[in-house]
Amino acid sequence: MNRHVKIPFFFLIPAFLLLAVFVLYPIVNTVYLSFIDQNGNFVKLENYKKVFGTKLYPLINVKNTALGKFPMGALIHNILCMIIHLPLCVFFGLLLAVLLRDVKGSSIMKSVIFLGMVIPLIVGGVLVRFTLDRDAGVLNGILRAIGLGGLVADWTVYPNTALIAVILGSVWIWTGFSMIVYSAGLEGIPIDLYEAAKIDGASRWKTFWRITVPMLKPATIIVVTMTLLWELKIFDIVYIVTNAGPGGASDVMAFRMYIQAFELPPNYGTASAIATMLTIITLGFAAYMVNRMTKS
Amino acid sequence: MIGKQSTIIKKLKAKRFTIVVHLVSWIVTFIWIIPFLGVFMSSIRPFKEVQYGWWNFQSFNPTLESFFDVWAGRTSHAPLSASIVNSLIVTIPATFIPIIVASLAAYSFARFSFRTKDLLFLAIVLLQTIPQQMVILPIFNLMNNLHLLNTYIGLILLHTAFGLPWQILFLRNFFSTLPVEIEEAARVDGASYFKIFYRIILPMSLPALASIISLQFVWVWNDFFFALTMVQNPNMRLVTQTIPANFTRYEPNWSLLSAASIIAMILPIAIYIALQRYYVRGLTAGAVKG
Repeated sequence: MNRHVKIPFFFLIPAFLLLAVFVLYPIVNTVYLSFIDQNGNFVKLENYKKVFGTKLYPLINVKNTALGKFPMGALIHNILCMIIHLPLCVFFGLLLAVLLRDVKGSSIMKSVIFLGMVIPLIVGGVLVRFTLDRDAGVLNGILRAIGLGGLVADWTVYPNTALIAVILGSVWIWTGFSMIVYSAGLEGIPIDLYEAAKIDGASRWKTFWRITVPMLKPATIIVVTMTLLWELKIFDIVYIVTNAGPGGASDVMAFRMYIQAFELPPNYGTASAIATMLTIITLGFAAYMVNRMTKS
Repeated sequence: MIGKQSTIIKKLKAKRFTIVVHLVSWIVTFIWIIPFLGVFMSSIRPFKEVQYGWWNFQSFNPTLESFFDVWAGRTSHAPLSASIVNSLIVTIPATFIPIIVASLAAYSFARFSFRTKDLLFLAIVLLQTIPQQMVILPIFNLMNNLHLLNTYIGLILLHTAFGLPWQILFLRNFFSTLPVEIEEAARVDGASYFKIFYRIILPMSLPALASIISLQFVWVWNDFFFALTMVQNPNMRLVTQTIPANFTRYEPNWSLLSAASIIAMILPIAIYIALQRYYVRGLTAGAVKG
């Protein structure tokens, strides 16, 4: 009887030690750092006020946000990313999963679209930047070819388009994930349901909304949550495509944290405050997912 | 008569629908593949030819020069060949160490009951989602104090720890599906828990281990943030760090960047192709049934 208790803990020790040193302790320490200043004094919420109140790169630039002008601040940019990126990824992922179900050679097509989830994000960023380049980029090439040469722009360099460029590039990278999750979800729907609908004379449109969409609910929960988490943590692609520029026009939370922590002069307090807020939001979404998944 | 006509119309409509589905699928897939096409075309042509578009074919002189240049580092101070070796030095141990640690823990979660199990398990689920930014400062200071910055040991341990939560979760779900009867029979025969684990459980879990190996390898290989913050010695750069180093400030040389990109993504793509089923299964676990 005793062994039943002892052995499981023995099996857990290596994992627990690694998690304690490299994940748990740093989390607690980062929260602590977010409450102290450069000299080690406890300053309450001063660092949090600073990251919102600073003139240079505040997390929310209230004036610009009200005017609809970039930069709007890293936090607003993350939110914009959610508003634009999430629906596009869900739409394209679901569309492709449903379409490719009945297409010959779809496994190759799925693999190609899925490549964005396989290649390094840094490389994905290079591809995005290349595609949007003023002279060498294919997007401007297409615009010139169809007589819209007036629209040609250096998409990643202008304040008004830099963030949109990053977001659309992210759609290209991330759609593979939602497509593959929806494809797996579709395989789990029993064929009898569709056959029954056919016998009842239901149209394709009706079948889609009444059977496919409701049956894909678990897949949708996963897609939405994982996509939101990805949008919150977005870093690599911003780093390589725009470097958060110009003038912070495509800044995001993770990038702002990195700059505060590692660019001279480093400010551990404000960097930790940003990291802590990012984590609280992330855990909020994660807790929602766990809750939904254990319910269904 | 009318019934026959309507079935013909129905069939025609179905055929038209199929054609539309195929057409839309091919168009969307083609759009998705364009950036890869561009990178491929640029990598095998001199920059002068692709400077104003890789789709121009007035002159077409395929060459592998860009690959040799970035491989040997002739055009920047960062040879990609060295970075590839560095990345392998980090990625291989950071793939296999967590698997041993995670499978032990997952087996424990799946088979034994102890009071704190549910709470621990919930904690692990949430730990899975912690942003890298949340841990990096204390880790950076810790490594600095231990003189482990600019060594790969710190990076390997960090990746190991960060890989654990989802691996434990994934393996626990897999282990719970294995029949307990074999283990019970082995216990009756006097086998120890540890022996049962590595003689019975692990061999039965090869599909799950394949999922973990493929995903963890690709994630560690692709990681940028941890490498960026922990490896600051230019000679020790990993692949993902060398790619940005190839950007010049004005007018990037897209032939070189394309060649570097292809070299950097070839290994993850090869692993994905080789272990595709397991890779996707690992990523979509839980999608079918919550």
